[in-house]
Order: sequence, then structure tokens, then C-alpha cells
Amino acid sequence: MNIHEYQGKEIFAKYGIPVHDQAVVTTPDAARQAAERMGTTVVVKAQVLVGGRGKAGGVKLANTPEEAEARARDILGLTIKGIPVQKVMITPASEILQEFYVSITVNRTTKDLVLMMSKAGGVDIEDLAVNRPEEIIKFPIHPTDGIDTPALERALTDVFGKPDLVNQAKDVVAKLYQAFMDLDCSLVEINPYALVPADDGEKLVALDAKVNFDDNALFKHADVEAIRSPEELSADETAAKAAGLSFVSMDGYIGCMVNGAGLAMATMDIIKLYGGDPANFLDVGGSSNPEKVVNALKIITGNPKVRAILINIFGGITRCDDIATGILEALKQIDLKLPMVIRLIGTNDEEGRAILKGAGLDSFESLGDAVERVVAAAKG
Amino acid sequence: MSILIDEKTSVIVQGITGRDGSFHARQMVGDGTKIVAGVTPGKGGQKLDDVPVYESVADAQRNHTVDATVIFVPPRFAAGAIKEAADAGVPLIICITEGLPVLEMVEAYRYVKDKGLRLIGPNCPGLISPGKCKIGIMPYRIHKPGDIGVISRSGTLTYEVVYNLTTSGIGQSTCIGIGGDPIIGSSFTDLLELFEADADTAGVVVIGEIGGEDEERAADFIKNKMTKPVVGFISGRTAPPGKRMGHAGAIISGGKGTPQAKVDAFNDAGVAVADKPDEIPGLIRKALGR
Repeated sequence: MNIHEYQGKEIFAKYGIPVHDQAVVTTPDAARQAAERMGTTVVVKAQVLVGGRGKAGGVKLANTPEEAEARARDILGLTIKGIPVQKVMITPASEILQEFYVSITVNRTTKDLVLMMSKAGGVDIEDLAVNRPEEIIKFPIHPTDGIDTPALERALTDVFGKPDLVNQAKDVVAKLYQAFMDLDCSLVEINPYALVPADDGEKLVALDAKVNFDDNALFKHADVEAIRSPEELSADETAAKAAGLSFVSMDGYIGCMVNGAGLAMATMDIIKLYGGDPANFLDVGGSSNPEKVVNALKIITGNPKVRAILINIFGGITRCDDIATGILEALKQIDLKLPMVIRLIGTNDEEGRAILKGAGLDSFESLGDAVERVVAAAKG
Repeated sequence: MSILIDEKTSVIVQGITGRDGSFHARQMVGDGTKIVAGVTPGKGGQKLDDVPVYESVADAQRNHTVDATVIFVPPRFAAGAIKEAADAGVPLIICITEGLPVLEMVEAYRYVKDKGLRLIGPNCPGLISPGKCKIGIMPYRIHKPGDIGVISRSGTLTYEVVYNLTTSGIGQSTCIGIGGDPIIGSSFTDLLELFEADADTAGVVVIGEIGGEDEERAADFIKNKMTKPVVGFISGRTAPPGKRMGHAGAIISGGKGTPQAKVDAFNDAGVAVADKPDEIPGLIRKALGR
């Protein structure tokens, strides 16, 4: 699960990580008022759940409250990577002396946590990771022993240099790690972690916040689930989530219901190879439950773009007879007018096919044959 | 021969009295697996058909030889079940359960590793050496004994591939689903190493998907260390970046884990990559010169 920058900064502030004042608004008028209150040059930043906001024109400087109002009006009219901007953040602008990068994530290869730091933070960090990876320091964190403090101090000195900055960064890394562990994060990232002038010299401030949570651990964190942004999911995705289905909306016209994520992805790939276009990714999950099939078919048929449906089930932990029962139950509840192609094989497939046959429904054994049929049916 | 399991492997089932645990314990018994015991806390002393149920893995171990355990317990208890099996020193731990919190898995992985034991999964279908032993949830009858190894990050997609091999007359030595999570006990490379050393495996099929870099590492191993031919398949070529495609591990993020990078890495290692599962039997035949 992903959250907005402003929500990430609220979490940072709670953990004592230095951030600037911020206001989140949905109208140009409110943007002007926020800028008036701050009484300084501000930055107006689009709050959308995708990267590359700056390059899309979603981050602008405003010297006066009137400018803040105008910039907010521009940005609230933008659509960034398909997502309309609904909220902007107003925050005081700073003179940036240097941009650092700090993040903690799970390293899938070494199977522990990794703290990543660089003295070349900012918008081009992903290019840096590809072209000059040696400029990003990767510091492993042992999952049970935690941070090796003397080794961390050496790594921080390499990145931040001056003892005063090393101490500030050391404190922030400890707090970031605490937040990561407390909240079951999959990523916490500060970019830029900026050096800005302060009354008593210089200080490091988190000018952006990216926080992602482990979906599998959300059951432990009702407070995190409560701040989920509705626009993270399409209406269909929200309905699917409530029904316990794994679902992603796509742009095509063949509705898919498959068991297993790998097979669901492969089914979409094969539909494309046969000249069709999938309307969605839908994994009905491992354990079979006829009600899931009913919910899945309701969501698929609710999408007006869908012209034909493919059900592809390879039974393992899922039992084909449960799926067949679910299909018949769904057909009682839904007046299905679209062509539906069923492929059923694996655990209890003979029972499943017999149930379908009893209701006058045919099913395929070969995936290739089923995909060919559904693509033809969709093109009608 | 086969890798990891054979007809002598004695297996226990953690979570044997649950809906999935009991169903698949019975399936495994029916498929010829030596299921010697089950474990469900609070249900020790009961029986599932002829299989005795114990309070703990340690209790089961006092009465039976335990070569492997298969875990069906719910996600919030699964990391604990893995650690319990590791405490008892069970050499092969297979976790079928999906939905384990990643940080719990990071810790459980280290726990098993530090004891020198092997973990497969979580969020996986298990493994099978056809005609010898099945530890997992795959439908037995789509398999056929033979000399091709299969390793996959997916469950049902593995069945699809195996079904295509079997119906084309190509049997399997061992088929393993390594799991679709970011943190898994055994990687492609760990198992390729075993297949390379197995006298009864002639070639291997590797079924990858978007996300992570395990396929790229496997390609590196194949290029530098393997003499046996390998055929590949990558799912998720139509998946959009930034969206988690069901598996917790299947997400293209920050330009990493793209399908094209994986296909390129396989091709560079001399691995023929199929566009569809039904092309795999032909590619394997060609690679083996049969």
C-alpha cells in the first residue's frame, strides 16, 4: 500500500524526523490562504500516488499568495500519468545547499533490510542507480540484531562528511528504521534529504517522503489501513479488495478470472499473443470458495468495456467442483449476456466439468483452445 | 534419483486439521507420500484417518522420523510454524501458506538458514518427484516420472507447464514451486545447483515472472556453472509497472524486474525462452537433441 507525500511527512513528524510546515488543500483559494499564513515563498506540490511529479509540472514555486493560488489552479487541473490531481501541498520553500538521499527497504537478494544513502540525491536518483551505482551506499541491516552502530557511523561519515551532519543523519536513520519496523513498511524514502540554512548554521530536512507498506502485514495496522487513499484503487479494484480478490484493472475488453497470480499473468500474456486485449488481472486465490467466483464474475461483468469472459482454472489447492458450483451460482444472480469461455483442469476437474455439463455449459481442457475461442467471441 | 525428496522421505503436516491441511494431507497419502504425522496445537491425540496428530513438531518427532514438514497454518501463525520446525531441526521445511508479513519472513528465513536447514516457500505449491513423493498441493495426475527438472515462482502456472510436458510425453525428475513472495527460502540458483548435480535430471525448465532479480541471477549461474540445457518462460509481459500482480513479489518497481530484462538475461545465457507454455516441450526436445 502506498500513501501520499503529506501522509508520509505526518508519519515522519510523529517519529521526530525534521520536516517543514505543510498544508494540504483542494482549492486555489485555500492554497492562497495557506501561503499567506506561511508568509514566505512556498512550493506547491501535487499529491498523487505516482513518481515523476516534478517532471510532469506538478511541483512549482510561488513567491506570493496570489502566485500560490495561480500555481495551485494549474496543478489541480493536471492529470499525471493518468491520475487527476485532487490535492496539493503548500510548504515553505528553502534554499537547498545540497541534496542527499536516504531510504530503507527489503533486499530480496540478500534477504535482509538495506539502508541506502547517497550524497547525490534529488530527482535523478533512478538514473544514478543505473549509471553510477557506486555513488549509492548500500548498508545492510541484520533483521534481528538491528543496526551495527560503529559501522553505520563510518558509512554516514562517507556520505555526510561533517560530524554535525553525521549526527543529525544518524538520529534520522534510527527514527526511520523505527518507523519501518513499527509499521511493517516495505519502503521508507527521503529524497531529497536536504541540507538547508538554519538560524544556527545548517540542518538536514526531509523535503519529500515516500512510504510504502507491506500489504500482507496490514492486518496488524488498522491505523495504516485507515489512511488508504481512495484513488489508489479503481472502483473495481476497491470492490475486488472487499471481496478478497486480487484484481488490477487493465484497458482491454476480455474479462479474465484465473486462479493463481502466475497463471493469471500468463493468461493475459497469451490473450495478447492471440490478438486480444485483457480487461483485467484477477486471481481468485488459492483456497476455493464458491462465493469468490460469484463476486469475481459480478466485478468483471460490471465493466462496460468487457465483451467476452475467460475463466481459466488449473486446480491445485483450488477445487474445480467448487469453481463450477460458484459459476452456476453466479449465473443465477447475474443475467449474463456476454460470451463466456471456461477452461477447467486439475483437482476434481471431472466433478467440476460434470457440474457444468449438467447445466449445459461446455469447458475446455487446453488453454490455447480456450484463449483462441474467447478472442474470437470478443471480436464477434 | 530426484532432488530433495524420494520414496523414502517421511513427512509431517503442520496444520493438518484445517480445511486445506486435511484435504491435501489426504491427497498426499492417496498419491503415495509417507505422511507419518500431523501437528495442530490443541488437537494432539486426535487422528486424521490413520495419521496421528500431535501438539507440536517436537512431539511428532519423538514418535516418528521426520525428514520434511509441510506447513498449511494461517498466515499470521506461519512464520512461527517455520521457526518451530527449524527448532526441531527438520531438514526440509515447505511452507504453502500465502500472505506472510515480509518482516516476519525476513526473520524466519535467517532463523532457518542459521540452523543449516532448507526452506521452500512460502506462498508456494510445494514439490513433487513423480512416482516417488509429493509434498504440496499440486494435482498428482498431471505429472509423469522422467528426467526434466521444473522450477517456478508460480503455482498454477507450474501445473500448466507440467501438463504440457506430460501430454507431450516428457516426464519430470522433480518439480518445485519456490513461491511468489519477495522473501523465499530457496532461489532458482539454489535448486539449479541441485539439478546440475543430479544424475537423473537431463534438462531444466525455469518459470519466472516479473519482479526482483532472481531470474537474472539464475541466468548468471546457468551461463557460468551449468552444463545441462535450460528452457525458460517469463510471465507478466503485459503487466503495468507499479502494480502488484497478485504475488507479493510480482511488481515492476523503479525500473527493476521488467520482463524484457529477464528474457534478455536468459537469452544471453543460452536459455531458449518460450512465448507460451505449450512451446516448452518442443524447446526442451530441441535443447536435448531428442
